[in-house]
Amino acid sequence: MAKAAVKAAGQKKHENALLYDLKHNKFLLLMLVPGILFFVVFAYIPLIGIVIAFQDFSAAKGILGSPFVGFENFRFFLGSRDSFRVTFNTLFLNALFISTSMIVSIAIALMLSEVNNKWFKKGAQSLVILPHFISWAVIGLLAEAILSSDTGFINRTLVGLGLPQISFYKDAGLWPGILTFLNLWQGAGFGSIVYLAAITGIDQEIFEAARIDGASKLQSIRYITLPLLRTTAVLLLIMSMGKIFNGNFSMVYALVGSNTLLYPTTDIIDTYVYRQLMELGDLGMSSAVALYQSVLGFIMVNIANRITRKLSPESAIF
Amino acid sequence: MKAKSKIYIGNRIFTTACYIILTLLAVLCLFPFLLVLSASFTDEYTLLWEGYKLIPSKFSTGAYQLVFKTSQIGSAYLVTIFNTAVGTMASLLVTSMMSYALSIRKLRIRNGVAFFVYFTMLFSGGMVANYLLITKYLHLKDNILVYILPSLISPWNMMLLRNFFETIPESLAESAKIDGANDMHILMKIILPIAKPGLVTIGLYYALSYWNEWYKAMLYIDKENLITLQYLIMKILRNINFANTVAGSIGVSVNVPTYTSRMATVIVTIGPIVFLYPFLQKYFVKGLTVGGVKG
Repeated sequence: MAKAAVKAAGQKKHENALLYDLKHNKFLLLMLVPGILFFVVFAYIPLIGIVIAFQDFSAAKGILGSPFVGFENFRFFLGSRDSFRVTFNTLFLNALFISTSMIVSIAIALMLSEVNNKWFKKGAQSLVILPHFISWAVIGLLAEAILSSDTGFINRTLVGLGLPQISFYKDAGLWPGILTFLNLWQGAGFGSIVYLAAITGIDQEIFEAARIDGASKLQSIRYITLPLLRTTAVLLLIMSMGKIFNGNFSMVYALVGSNTLLYPTTDIIDTYVYRQLMELGDLGMSSAVALYQSVLGFIMVNIANRITRKLSPESAIF
Repeated sequence: MKAKSKIYIGNRIFTTACYIILTLLAVLCLFPFLLVLSASFTDEYTLLWEGYKLIPSKFSTGAYQLVFKTSQIGSAYLVTIFNTAVGTMASLLVTSMMSYALSIRKLRIRNGVAFFVYFTMLFSGGMVANYLLITKYLHLKDNILVYILPSLISPWNMMLLRNFFETIPESLAESAKIDGANDMHILMKIILPIAKPGLVTIGLYYALSYWNEWYKAMLYIDKENLITLQYLIMKILRNINFANTVAGSIGVSVNVPTYTSRMATVIVTIGPIVFLYPFLQKYFVKGLTVGGVKG
């Protein structure tokens, strides 16, 4: 995409692109107007809010009236006991989510591509994608039906088998696992669509040739399919790098809520900021943290992209 | 010969394993829904006594009667349907205009605009700035349009649809132009019909995000009759006043079927999605495939 920007800049040297389009592509420009207006109002104007991160902001005084305090808000966040914990949790959970969902999505796609029965294939695909259409609020309730101590399905089954109960909602150590599992449950099937599409796009003759040469199915997956999926996987990986400092607020808010017992492993930057905002009304710091997330995410995308360009240039996004 | 049959057996085992694992995964995905469905059709005592079971020993529709009689589910449904219908239409219109224009190679500023959009995927002003903009300057607090206007275009969907438009050969539009058709005519009569799978896919994504909206209700809506279904669920989940509201409105404080009615609410909320889903599934798989492979 940055390549695109460079190209656009290059075109300007010859003739002003906008002037050219005004002359020749009036209709197309007209079609862009509502969209550009939208991004200006709802994405670019709020960028002014970045200023708030450097202010002792109060809503009464507004952006123009609030005094500047330099990096005080950042210092307050980074100096607090919680900043390390919430940053670590955010990164740790996201790393778990990204790696596991990549592996499981690819595995589901591979299995679906091996299955020949059309009816079975469609049915299985429908069912594994279904949870993606359910909101985290609902998943929160589903999780309760399964995990709660007195009535939950798992504990009822354990008691039925004469085993001790597990207090899921009191044991923070279990939650990275539970969240990872639920994240897979919700998203891995949906994530497999892209990989399945890539697999379907591979020339069937390659597999045929491999089969004639005596390769087993596992071997052709290992030596043909997986290497060909690398480009897609790396592309998705780079894109997720940009969001690695942004936690899944909906998920954690729905599943953990205000259960302080679980905070040690589940409190992420986003829920922390939300609490600072709602309980303390600290507008300056929450803006500072949002900026901290964006900048770190931007750096991560660039690092990931640079590494990719060295290892396999065709997968890099810019 | 021996090696060949060994490979054959290996392949058979592998394929069978695929069938078994996929069946297990499918069951795993369906299981929580069945559990909740059965919990919603039983009475409170049975649920508390037996816990969540696949087949409850006692059948009851009491929870549903209560949900429809007492909760705000009616107004929440109306708000959510309005958002989903109007929002999806508006989003599709604006997004497809932008995506189409950006897919035309003769448009010189297209790469510049694409970067302008991509940039917003990386940097945002944060929650506070958005909150101030929406409440103080646009005055959208407690206005139903707050659900639609700020999420009119998703940059991700816009890019996806642009990739889809790019797969349509430009020669098609060119030849129509030579025949004397204007741009509007080309778009309506030639491009949009071809782009239908892409539009349906993006439309589904938008519909889903409008349907599942709760965050905006939490931030911007104080009026009870303007909240969305999902926020209602979130409130139930967080136990905010739900038991009290129910108890207060029917004048009893004991025997209130809280647990079963929560589950009934879940079923009432996700019902439409689950029913529509099989009909729409083929579109988004197709659309995502075409738009997504190119990245």
